[in-house]
Amino acid sequence: MNWTAIASIYRFEMARFFRTLAQSFISPVVSTSLYFVVFGAAIGSRIQEVEGVSYGAFIVPGLIMLSVITQSISNASFGIYFPKFIGTVFELLSAPVNFLEIVMGYVGAAATKALFIGVVILATSMLFVDVTIAHPFAMLAFLVLTCLSFALLGFIIGIWAGSFEQLQLVPLLIVTPLIFLGGSFYSISMLPPIWQTVTLFNPVVYLISGFRWSFFGIADVPIGMSLLAILGFTMLCLGIIWLIFRTGWRIRS
Amino acid sequence: MSNILSITNLRKSYAGGFEALKGVSLDIREGEILALLGPNGAGKTTLISTVCGITMPTSGSVTVGGHDIQLGYRAARQMIGLVPQEINLEPFETVWNTVRFSRGLFGKPRNDALIEDILRKLSLWDKRKSAIKELSGGMKRRVLIAKALSHEPRVLFLDEPTAGVDVELRKDMWKIVAELKKDGVTIILTTHYIEEAEAIADRVGVINSGQILLVEDKDSLMSQMGKKQLEVELTEAIAEIPASLADHGLTLIRDGQALLFTYDTRADRTGITSLLNDVSQAGLVLNDVQTRQSSLEDIFVDLVSGENA
Ligand SMILES: Nc1ncnc2c1ncn2[C@@H]1O[C@H](COP(=O)(O)OP(=O)(O)O)[C@@H](O)[C@H]1O
Ligand SMILES: [Mg+2]
Repeated sequence: MNWTAIASIYRFEMARFFRTLAQSFISPVVSTSLYFVVFGAAIGSRIQEVEGVSYGAFIVPGLIMLSVITQSISNASFGIYFPKFIGTVFELLSAPVNFLEIVMGYVGAAATKALFIGVVILATSMLFVDVTIAHPFAMLAFLVLTCLSFALLGFIIGIWAGSFEQLQLVPLLIVTPLIFLGGSFYSISMLPPIWQTVTLFNPVVYLISGFRWSFFGIADVPIGMSLLAILGFTMLCLGIIWLIFRTGWRIRS
Repeated sequence: MSNILSITNLRKSYAGGFEALKGVSLDIREGEILALLGPNGAGKTTLISTVCGITMPTSGSVTVGGHDIQLGYRAARQMIGLVPQEINLEPFETVWNTVRFSRGLFGKPRNDALIEDILRKLSLWDKRKSAIKELSGGMKRRVLIAKALSHEPRVLFLDEPTAGVDVELRKDMWKIVAELKKDGVTIILTTHYIEEAEAIADRVGVINSGQILLVEDKDSLMSQMGKKQLEVELTEAIAEIPASLADHGLTLIRDGQALLFTYDTRADRTGITSLLNDVSQAGLVLNDVQTRQSSLEDIFVDLVSGENA
């Protein structure tokens, strides 16, 4: 393992983040506050409680997931797309590093940034509503795993993308709907039975359910299923990335 | 001297089916400077990219310091520094961080003193805290060189390092190349500035349409293949070449003050003796004679046009 290389990539990527730290910090704070104003005030006044949890608190895990997932994807996809776009990728390709090391550097940095934003959102939420965390370690584990797995997905998107439009397209058309329909702002049990079944094909449901369980001890699907889903997803992404580097698809002509 | 880089029958076809390298074989000796000359599209960049791992070979083999570039890619790539033809740099990062990143990427432990030394040599030290986007084109090229040197390569590829570069940087570059050579670094540079090859290379390779046409010691190449010119200066200017000298293919130069005779050093007979005989037979008096060697450029143009014909 070329640990020095991994650390170098990680540090270089984090530098980009620190250059725009204020921006990285303010936007999640503002957007979280907006969610609370809109959802908390408008919907919360109609829905008092979901499964014994106040609606304001109930949406916190979903809110965090929403941001963390989109951030992981956009950070990682941009992180690897940008060197491709400006041509600096030649250096990665000519360096004595293997795919795992490149991935660890880029994905690690993207996940770290997303994790940071997740924590900021959690802290902001606590200003608006009382949030109790029943299983703090499980909460953290879910958060970290989510950051990592979606950063992996973002990495794949970044390699696939041939333009900045395509870079935006997948998150916009596929991921955001999956998150919104994944029970971020409601419990699956609130849906009609048919839609409950359909929803179970949405991988994000398992994530949000598991994450919410770590807060309130309540879940839409068994916690073991959630864990399995996220591990399976991570492995799938890793496998695809391995293949990409094996074949040189879209990076090595 | 042993070979540090060995390319055997290397072929590269791009996705569209275009064959950019058609069975290139080339051995590069440790510590030498090899200039690879070739017109645009000859395959110079493809050759370098394939050795460095940026493009995948279609067939053939390459070893660097005995390490296969695919099976032993880590050891092979660790030895290689690459200054690419295009200026590809992260615009928002500082010079210092960009160069430091390269060293780390190649697995070398942090060494600020070494990087300082490199930046000073390249006149980049004052700019170390500047973002790349604030630098001029020449400065950016220096940064590319600094990045390539940051991990102390044993083999350095310079892909058209002086294309579009000012005179000062070109001179600096030659100085750096000479210093690196002194440290035992092997240097392969591509160029279409013939003077560059002439000035600094030990050996010259000519590549065209994905094939190596020749690899020769620079000096022997120039003496072997060069046409020489003999200038015969006369004591008195003449208006036209006497009919008796018509067979020698002479041209009258300097307002009839001198005759120019071109001959091939590779020919069995240069024709100099008979020319001089005929000149004195024609009643002309010699004031002076001198020879001129044609440049690599002439050789190069001859080779490539011969290939294309
Ligand atoms: N990625 C690519 N895909 C297809 N053809 C390419 C690619 N890169 C280079 N070529 C072609 O390969 C040939 C050699 O290019 P190159 O190695 O860049 O030449 P040089 O560096 O000698 O100018 C050219 O005809 C060029 O058009
Ligand atoms: Mg080129």
